[in-house]
Amino acid sequence: MAGLHNSDYKNPVLNWIDTRLPILSFMHKEYGTFPTPKNFNYLWNFGALATVTLVVMMITGIFLAMNYQPNTTLAFDSVQHIMRDVNYGWMIRYIHQNGASMFFIVVYIHILRGMYYGSYKKPRELLWMLGVVILLLLMATAFMGYVLPWGQMSYWGATVITNLFSAFPVVGHGIVTLLWGGFSIDNPTLNRFYALHYLLPFIIVGVVFLHIAALHITGSNNPLGIDPKGPQDTLPFHPYYTAKDSVGLCAFFVIWAAIVFFAPNILSDPNNFIPANPLQTPPDIVPEWYFLPFYAMLRSVPNKLGGVCVMFSSILVLFFLPWLDTSRVRSARFRPIFRQLIWVWVVACFGLGAVGAHPPEGIWVIIGRICTLYYFLHFLVILPLLGKLEKPLPLPESISVAVMRGGGPLPAGAAAKPMEKA
Amino acid sequence: MRSLRSTLAAALLGLFTVLAPALAQEAPLPNESWSFGGLFASYDLAAAQRGFWVYYKVCSACHTMNQMHYRDLAGIGITEAQIRAIAAGVTVPQGINDQGEETTGPALPADQFRAPFPNEQSARAALGGALPPDLSLIVNAREGHANYVYGILTGFVEPPKGFVVPPGRYYNEQFPGHLIAMPPPLHDDAVTYADGTKATVPQMAHDVVTFLAWASNPELVQRKQIGVRVVLFLLLLTGLTYAAKRKVWADVH
Repeated sequence: MAGLHNSDYKNPVLNWIDTRLPILSFMHKEYGTFPTPKNFNYLWNFGALATVTLVVMMITGIFLAMNYQPNTTLAFDSVQHIMRDVNYGWMIRYIHQNGASMFFIVVYIHILRGMYYGSYKKPRELLWMLGVVILLLLMATAFMGYVLPWGQMSYWGATVITNLFSAFPVVGHGIVTLLWGGFSIDNPTLNRFYALHYLLPFIIVGVVFLHIAALHITGSNNPLGIDPKGPQDTLPFHPYYTAKDSVGLCAFFVIWAAIVFFAPNILSDPNNFIPANPLQTPPDIVPEWYFLPFYAMLRSVPNKLGGVCVMFSSILVLFFLPWLDTSRVRSARFRPIFRQLIWVWVVACFGLGAVGAHPPEGIWVIIGRICTLYYFLHFLVILPLLGKLEKPLPLPESISVAVMRGGGPLPAGAAAKPMEKA
Repeated sequence: MRSLRSTLAAALLGLFTVLAPALAQEAPLPNESWSFGGLFASYDLAAAQRGFWVYYKVCSACHTMNQMHYRDLAGIGITEAQIRAIAAGVTVPQGINDQGEETTGPALPADQFRAPFPNEQSARAALGGALPPDLSLIVNAREGHANYVYGILTGFVEPPKGFVVPPGRYYNEQFPGHLIAMPPPLHDDAVTYADGTKATVPQMAHDVVTFLAWASNPELVQRKQIGVRVVLFLLLLTGLTYAAKRKVWADVH
């Protein structure tokens, strides 16, 4: 009987299963008793929020796929068929359509949380890099999903983005032909984008699994950025963080539902209610809001290849962040200068978003260039130097000591407040 | 609704404003009071029914509404018998018969709204090269939404001195560039309303925009009704979850 798992389950059926496939023990270890730092604030909800959003997107997406027609002559009308004739089709589609925006809001906050508290630093470099891979896959999936309704902005957005690859020397035009499945955006393009839009989420699930597996090897970072010193610094994941994640999840659903039911088109472009017309270009081709900062960087460089390289570099640079940041202190709480400069970087990102939403004229060109420059300056110059020059504040001895005394220079968040019995 | 949209957009996106500045040169958007504007509002069904009449008598001479079927009219309170009668009064293509000939006949409630022209080319040929846009989603498909469509319908004014209007084009203060291929579609008493409402141009414009807004978002009333319940439920659930979380965490520290 060598190799069989020695299961603790008393229930004979569960024991029988767990002995042969210890999936129950595994879940219990990773999501039940898993030791988790006791001082998480609500920003540590966003990983769970992103996972749930992925699941909701896949479920709504499957139902949409049952009624959608990936054909240029039928796609637009089939979406309207879903909106008008399919039972609660409007609800499924509005959840999915706005879910893309909610996904990016959650993921951007999740990334910023990681940057603020230094979650990418040793030993979590690979965990962080897997996160960047997820971001890239998410962007590709969102882009292809936006093409499927086959409205004017779907078509022209796809034209602009796929044409970016033609900037690369030698292989550029070959890549574009491959993406299009021909020599213009047409039915083959829509077909393959549909197939890939259905495929990529499953690949994302795979990378998310690796992301979580890596997380469970290193353990979570926490707002203090110091490692737990023992059981007094941690809590079992369940029920403490299942309970805390549930609060954030419900609040997140309130916001998502408010948009779906009361302002479902607040983030959509009116042009996408017009069927795709290859002979008529809309006055402004604007991507969805979550791509605006990258679009702004693309247009800030007065050279096509240069712009494309800068845009892709803005994501690629994130892969190197664990080594670009030379400070060994993780949390921004103990880095007085970094704590301010990270917000300058955030302002630059918002600035780029605003630039991306406006035609590249006058002051917007200048703002775009300054913000693009600062975006890279932050990663390539400020972070490497700051780690050497900045004098960090003294770190607390341990999480529980800091929690008992109220934490570092900032209030230590929800977990530090004395709790009353509800 | 507009103010709610802008507030939400600002809250969500901060600096990310995507409002096209192109409207700036045109006349300011009208600011009509719409029955469907508010958070809990629904469509004024009498106005929507009158609006359908305006579409049926005037707009449908040139414009398609490809996403609409006669059966959909139940959504603005038109009875099944009335829908059958409306459909029966319209002749639509009915496919190929056993002899291989194309046939036409009276429409059924399940039929699409009749297209005024068999195809795009015939529409352009008959209308001086212009293709009237499909109206099924027109209120969603224009920046400014209902107010913009209302502005177009009521925006036919005398051109300013020196503004040359070429033949086949008309001056419209709301239209981008001011030169529109659509002749002024509405004139006082262009239709006769069954309910005795006086058919002035602003009245007809208001009614037909109400109808078109419904056609663009027929799910709006049901959506808001469900939305109130969903959001209230989720708020309650958030409160309960928070209470549960506090209870769970009470023994920590």
